[in-house]
Amino acid sequence: MEVCNCIEPQWPADELLMKYQYISDFFIAIAYFSIPLELIYFVKKSAVFPYRWVLVQFGAFIVLCGATHLINLWTFTTHSRTVALVMTTAKVLTAVVSCATALMLVHIIPDLLSVKTRELFLKNKAAELDREMGLIRTQEETGRHVRMLTHEIRSTLDRHTILKTTLVELGRTLALEECALWMPTRTGLELQLSYTLRHQHPVEYTVPIQLPVINQVFGTSRAVKISPNSPVARLRPVSGKYMLGEVVAVRVPLLHLSNFQINDWPELSTKRYALMVLMLPSDSARQWHVHELELVEVVADQVAVALSHAAILEESMRARDLLMEQNVALDLARREAETAIRARNDFLAVMNHEMCTPMHAIIALSSLLQETELTPEQRLMVETILKSSNLLATLMNDVLDLSRLEDGSLQLELGTFNLHTLFREVLNLIKPIAVVKKLPITLNLAPDLPEFVVGDEKRLMQIILNIVGNAVKFSKQGSISVTALVTKSDTRAADFFVVPTGSHFYLRVKVKDSGAGINPQDIPKLFTKFAQTQSLATRSSGGSGLGLAISKRFVNLMEGNIWIESDGLGKGCTAIFDVKLGISERPNESKQSGIPKVPAIPRHSNFTGLKVLVMDENGVSRMVTEGLLVHLGCEVTTVSSNEECLGVVSHEHKVVFMDVCLPGVENYQIALRIHEKFTKQRHQRPLLVALTGNTDKSTKEKCMSFGLDGVLLKPVSLDNMRDVLSDLLECRVLYEGM
Amino acid sequence: MNTTVVAQLQRQFQDYIVSLYQQGFLDNQFSELRKLQDEGTPDFVSEVVSLFFDDCSKLIDTMSRSLERPDNVDFKQVDSGVHQLKGSSSSVGARRVKNVCISFKECCHVQNREGCLRCLQQVDYEYKMLKTKLQDLFNLEQQILQAGGTIPQVDIN
Repeated sequence: MEVCNCIEPQWPADELLMKYQYISDFFIAIAYFSIPLELIYFVKKSAVFPYRWVLVQFGAFIVLCGATHLINLWTFTTHSRTVALVMTTAKVLTAVVSCATALMLVHIIPDLLSVKTRELFLKNKAAELDREMGLIRTQEETGRHVRMLTHEIRSTLDRHTILKTTLVELGRTLALEECALWMPTRTGLELQLSYTLRHQHPVEYTVPIQLPVINQVFGTSRAVKISPNSPVARLRPVSGKYMLGEVVAVRVPLLHLSNFQINDWPELSTKRYALMVLMLPSDSARQWHVHELELVEVVADQVAVALSHAAILEESMRARDLLMEQNVALDLARREAETAIRARNDFLAVMNHEMCTPMHAIIALSSLLQETELTPEQRLMVETILKSSNLLATLMNDVLDLSRLEDGSLQLELGTFNLHTLFREVLNLIKPIAVVKKLPITLNLAPDLPEFVVGDEKRLMQIILNIVGNAVKFSKQGSISVTALVTKSDTRAADFFVVPTGSHFYLRVKVKDSGAGINPQDIPKLFTKFAQTQSLATRSSGGSGLGLAISKRFVNLMEGNIWIESDGLGKGCTAIFDVKLGISERPNESKQSGIPKVPAIPRHSNFTGLKVLVMDENGVSRMVTEGLLVHLGCEVTTVSSNEECLGVVSHEHKVVFMDVCLPGVENYQIALRIHEKFTKQRHQRPLLVALTGNTDKSTKEKCMSFGLDGVLLKPVSLDNMRDVLSDLLECRVLYEGM
Repeated sequence: MNTTVVAQLQRQFQDYIVSLYQQGFLDNQFSELRKLQDEGTPDFVSEVVSLFFDDCSKLIDTMSRSLERPDNVDFKQVDSGVHQLKGSSSSVGARRVKNVCISFKECCHVQNREGCLRCLQQVDYEYKMLKTKLQDLFNLEQQILQAGGTIPQVDIN
């Protein structure tokens, strides 16, 4: 038997003890084998376990321990050497591994512990971040509220809505118990409670503006916490039971329009503020947070801007309403003025005749009276009457002239006259006054000045008289010179109306005086009606101021120009005017005629058998014209329409009288068609004369352009018709100077 | 012979016709018309005048029909009627009628229906008035002729 190293039992092997040891070893072995299995299983399951090889080591250690105990089972009974060898190997291995493991753990366990520390640290960090997130979210909410509030406030331009909305939204956002707005009164000495959120306030509840608490709030742009017992905050019904919530007040600047303009001195002391008071709910233990205060300040600023916008809008609306009112008033005034002008024109149109008729009657009858036998006193009286009525007639004519000039309805009365004689006449009229004032007048007529001209003699004389008269009136000493010369005229074709042959020229008249002169600045005013410059007004002139104005208008009608030059006060002045006149070649023209009549040809006074055709749509006037011509001995055929006329007209008719009263050109067409009808036998064509109610330039032009040979003004008198017929038959052309 | 009667009648005629002129019923044209009346045409004036009055009444009828309905007034037609009337009245020398026609034309021009109605009324009144007066004048003429006298030539100027 080999020496066995196993411990020999000193006492006889107790079977029970042996059995227990056997069983325990067996279980230990099992446990030792299963622990690594579990470990492997769970480690495999976990994703993160950094020390795998430690486990392996550990596993090996346990497995070997288990193996040892397992092999121990065989050593309880006699066993072979192999078993003992295996047992020894196992034990040795186990010893090695377990020592290795023990050494390893020394390194590993501190590491494992530090992991735990880090975990704790991260948890703390997470908690902190959560807190901060909460804060940021609160701020974001606040910001959103501010934006929404601002939007609400700025979305309206009505002052009351702005303020009400502010209070409502602030109350909602900050969950306030009460929110109030105090506005300064007109005097600026008190604050009046204008708006509250919840509680009804008595009207006209004011506090003086000079309270220290109010000054404190107005002194800074920040929101200020004030005591709940201050007069501005005492809005709730006072009952002592609860603890009043904190109150904050902020100023709201009321920007005035002038604040937006650049002033030279900043008037900060006159800045007006309103006071906004916000109260937290009582008994809520809430406190004003910083971000809430900031919110309040921002809102106050926005409200200020919104209010100023509303104020600007109110102003501009007011201005616009004012302008509209003014426009309406102006429109009304304009219409009234137009009505007045029309009324005046109507008045003038009717009164013209009404006034002239009695005037003419007076003049006519007075002159008739003059012819009768009168005593010297009676004669004197009649002469005075005549002179006064002539004066009155002239004055009336002047005023009527001016109104007609303004309306543009005045027509020049053209005629042929002697220009040289005209100037001499004017001078003769002025000489007496000039001699009295010791002002010599000289007249220079240019050598190439035509003698006989065509124009409106009466009005030209009026102009020259007026200018020369002014020169004499306003000169105290010195001399007056009147120069007349021809200036270059633009060449124009002969105007058939005035003279068939001849042309025009521009007459320039210069009247120079050495009188008081005129300030160059006053020159434009001279030609204004009724205006008199300072220097002129000092004279005791009795002029109505119409003179120059009328002259200017006459000059304009004559297609000319009038102006005054002066070198200044005391240096005299020169009045110059140009007018267009026609040159007449026949020296023997009578005043009234505008046609080149061949003189001394026997006139027809007997038109017996003269065949004429009368065309007139108006039955009455047709009958009258017929009667007229019949009385003169003509053989008259009458037609009442263009068509009839065309059908009836023949070479036997010497004259065709056609009525062209209706507006438009249909009546004139007949003239063209008659021309057409007689194109072959030109010389047999009857003369065409138009009978019309008005003879202004346009009618005459129309007649000429449609090939008519003459124009007569209705109603035609017997003598007129007689003259016209003889002229027509002589010259085959007639445009009566009417 | 009742020369005194004739002279009286003639004086009456003269005064009457002068008064017509002075009151503005007639103007120069009427005297021109009278000049045209001679042995060949003894009734020239009364014929012309009665034609004129017929014309008047016809035109006034047409125009009043045009102006009847306030919403649909044909101002062109009214205007042409007034134009005719103006022409006729100036041909016979009916001065007052002619003057009313002038303002009537204005009203037509601005399309003022109220004004037109007023003018129409006035024209009606004036021509009827003139008709009566001229009737009296012609009666006087007849009386003179029957009494064997001649109608005096009255020259108004």
